Amino acid sequence: MAADHHTVDDGGEGLPLPTTIASGAVAAAVLLPLVWLVRTALNVGLDGAIAISTRPATVQVFLNSAALVVVVTAASVLIGVPFAYLTVRTDLPFRRGVTVAVSLPLVIPSYIGAFAFVSAFGPQGAFQRLLAPLGVERLPDIYGFTGAALVITLYTYPYVFITTRAALKSLDTTLIDAARTLDHGRWRAFRRVTVPQIRPAVTAGSLLVALYTLSDFGTPAIMQFDAFTRVIYVEFTSFGRDVASLLSLQLVAVTLLILGLESHVRGNEPLHAGQQGGRTGGTVRLGPWKYVAFAACLAVAGLALLVPLGILLTWLARGGAEVGNALAFRSEYAINSVGVAVGAALVATVVGLPVAYLAAGYRSRLADAFERATYVGYAVPGVVLGLALVYLGTSYARPFYQTVYLLVAAYVIRFLPQAVGSMRASFLRVNPALPEAARTLGRTSFGAFRAVTLPLIAPGLLGGAALVFLTTMKELPATLLLRPSGFKTLVTHIWTATESGYYGHAAVPALILLGVSGLSMLVILSQEGYDVK
Amino acid sequence: MSNRTMHATNGTVDRRTDTDGTTVLELDGVDKSYGSERVIEELSLSVEEGEILTLLGPSGCGKTTTLRLIAGLERPDAGTVVLNDATVSGTDRFVAPEDRGVGVVFQEFALFPHLTAAENVGFGLEGWSDEDRKARVDELLDLVGLEAQGDSYPDELSGGQQQRVALARSLAPEPEVLLLDEPFSNLDVDLRVQMREEVRSIIKKTGVTAVSVTHDQEEAMSVSDRVAVMNDGRIEQVGDPEQVFQQPESRFVAGFLGHASFLPGYVHGGEVTTGLGPIPQSQINGLASTYDRTRIDVLVRPDDIKAMPVDGDAADGRIVSRRYLGPTILYEVRLDDETSVQCMHNHDESIPLDTRVRVELDSDHELAWFPGDQRPAEVSDSR
Repeated sequence: MAADHHTVDDGGEGLPLPTTIASGAVAAAVLLPLVWLVRTALNVGLDGAIAISTRPATVQVFLNSAALVVVVTAASVLIGVPFAYLTVRTDLPFRRGVTVAVSLPLVIPSYIGAFAFVSAFGPQGAFQRLLAPLGVERLPDIYGFTGAALVITLYTYPYVFITTRAALKSLDTTLIDAARTLDHGRWRAFRRVTVPQIRPAVTAGSLLVALYTLSDFGTPAIMQFDAFTRVIYVEFTSFGRDVASLLSLQLVAVTLLILGLESHVRGNEPLHAGQQGGRTGGTVRLGPWKYVAFAACLAVAGLALLVPLGILLTWLARGGAEVGNALAFRSEYAINSVGVAVGAALVATVVGLPVAYLAAGYRSRLADAFERATYVGYAVPGVVLGLALVYLGTSYARPFYQTVYLLVAAYVIRFLPQAVGSMRASFLRVNPALPEAARTLGRTSFGAFRAVTLPLIAPGLLGGAALVFLTTMKELPATLLLRPSGFKTLVTHIWTATESGYYGHAAVPALILLGVSGLSMLVILSQEGYDVK
Repeated sequence: MSNRTMHATNGTVDRRTDTDGTTVLELDGVDKSYGSERVIEELSLSVEEGEILTLLGPSGCGKTTTLRLIAGLERPDAGTVVLNDATVSGTDRFVAPEDRGVGVVFQEFALFPHLTAAENVGFGLEGWSDEDRKARVDELLDLVGLEAQGDSYPDELSGGQQQRVALARSLAPEPEVLLLDEPFSNLDVDLRVQMREEVRSIIKKTGVTAVSVTHDQEEAMSVSDRVAVMNDGRIEQVGDPEQVFQQPESRFVAGFLGHASFLPGYVHGGEVTTGLGPIPQSQINGLASTYDRTRIDVLVRPDDIKAMPVDGDAADGRIVSRRYLGPTILYEVRLDDETSVQCMHNHDESIPLDTRVRVELDSDHELAWFPGDQRPAEVSDSR
């Protein structure tokens, strides 16, 4: 009885009015800061805009970011796809363990990785000190492009690895068998059958990598590499508002370009295989090469995992009392972090609920548009969103500027899609006949929602809230731009410590954040039923 | 469509003989479209107190939508729905589903997975005192034979038990009308037949008026007091099961309820000349004299005719296909005038393909017929 329900062709006719209004208001609130950013940029005027955009420094920033995105994405594909193939299709030793190890770098926020690498491989870092007895005075410079590209790649390639793995696992291997009976060698079969089938997944993973690279603030900042995000922040803090807002718009434009490119590359090929539950057997025997492959996997995962852990634990063991109390860790920072994260999680859940409900229950363009709008905050780099809210706050919401409220608003706009996505998925799992049954048994539509739908979506609600909580804990750029003066959190403390070069003081908050990240990974895995078999 | 069938298409014809019951539910000129697709067209139907009426039709014919319109889960674009003399859907009136007093048994049962069987049954008893509610829940669990399963959650119950909980839940608030949406489609074949009997007897025990929906003609025949055959958003015929089966008012109804062959014939001199030879006019149901000297199609069911292997001139057709159905064999005979008829034989009467046969009418009831000039392009055989 539920198959064909709630199809609303277009316009908003047939949608429940209060939910639609609430949902529309949320969408508008998410879009407002960006509108404001555009306004600020327009104030510069056309001539000014052209002058700023074409000056060599700006062009250089664009080229820097573009190069970083291209190199990191390419490197991630080169690492992620072979690793995925190795762990799904071959007789690699300890496949399950390798899969976990190779996925784990995703858990480490890249700025923690960056600061660990700087303190390990910096010209006079921990590694140099280890090598000093051998007469090594200075290591080659890790700062700049090399360091940024290396670190971001190490912590983002798992996106490609995970999406490719999923595609490979659902791939029907009888297709490959078929190709081989048609006189294709293993390599040709891979190229002509497997590659087209997994291409959408590889592209999707690459998109995540590219967007992350473009929006990453911490790594370029720590590596002192002039990518968009770093220059925007530097300009902003040195009162270059015009430049900052114009660069922000350029960054948004590049983001849109990448999104467009992705849908072009992915194409519209439908994926038929795997749905009928085809056979997925037939491992490729690697022979002695399997040890080489195994070593390669461990080397990459080891580099990404052991360097930060080793550095952090070393700092922790050594204690960080060299510079008095100004930089010492205080539990107040953790409490602040938890406070704003709880706030963001609660607000995102409440605000996302009508959007998710509408998007899941009604096939309507309006409902879809509202849902898409909430994703804008996700695609826009945090530094841009922070900046937009600074402008909005200083001109129109003065009482809120430099308050915790504006900070929480920024988190909500940025991470709302996590809550909406999780809730939407759980709404979709509720058979629409259930609330209908409740109505025929005498409940009003709200009563049916409360008695039936709400208890059933509770896990999704919680999962979404947990995800927002955990990602908020780790958020860096918007926190830096919007926090009230004197308000310190775990991430701002790490930032201050690394900026002033006293890495040791970042050890405790960084280890706490690693724990937080690990937890958020667990939430994601339990939500999606991801298995490593 | 012939003039004979035209008057039945709006569904106002009710050939039921014992019409002393009061009308509980009435649909009048109901229309419903989704976008540009018209799902229900000018549908009218009345249901009397205590009867079980089944809407029977192929998937996509609008029967489930009709049920949703009655329940108030959809709003009609035009027309009225009247429940116990009160308009519940009309031009400017729409009563919410929770205020209609209809019970619904959903296709997948729609049991609340987070509540026990007893809590499910008691769900509609909001506002009752704890004592009364418990008594009512026990009474219903008893009625459906699940006294011991009250504390089980839906996923701990078998399909048949879930079906019973769903039925008990919808009956608990004493609805004016009980609606059942493909109630047996989720059950295994064996269980389906058993549950039909059970559900019918439970409904009859409570005396509630019921409207059921199915695409299974056997289910419709065995469960209902009356059957309304739907096609393409309209009701083609309403009547008791025998009537609808034996005297279909349209070719669609004839084809949808069991195998049907249409035998072309010419009416002349008290006989209908067909490929099987002449059939006396008295054996054709209500063939008026106005159809004298016209072409008609006589409806023959596979059990109405028999094929016998014969030699030479006595034969009038040839076996072109055979379908082995277990207890019976269904033969298709191509008559010499190129019409095809199907006949059903016992499984032990085996006739090889291509055998010349003589087909004979072997029926003790009157046959239905349709005017021949409006023969549809494609004869439907939906079985």
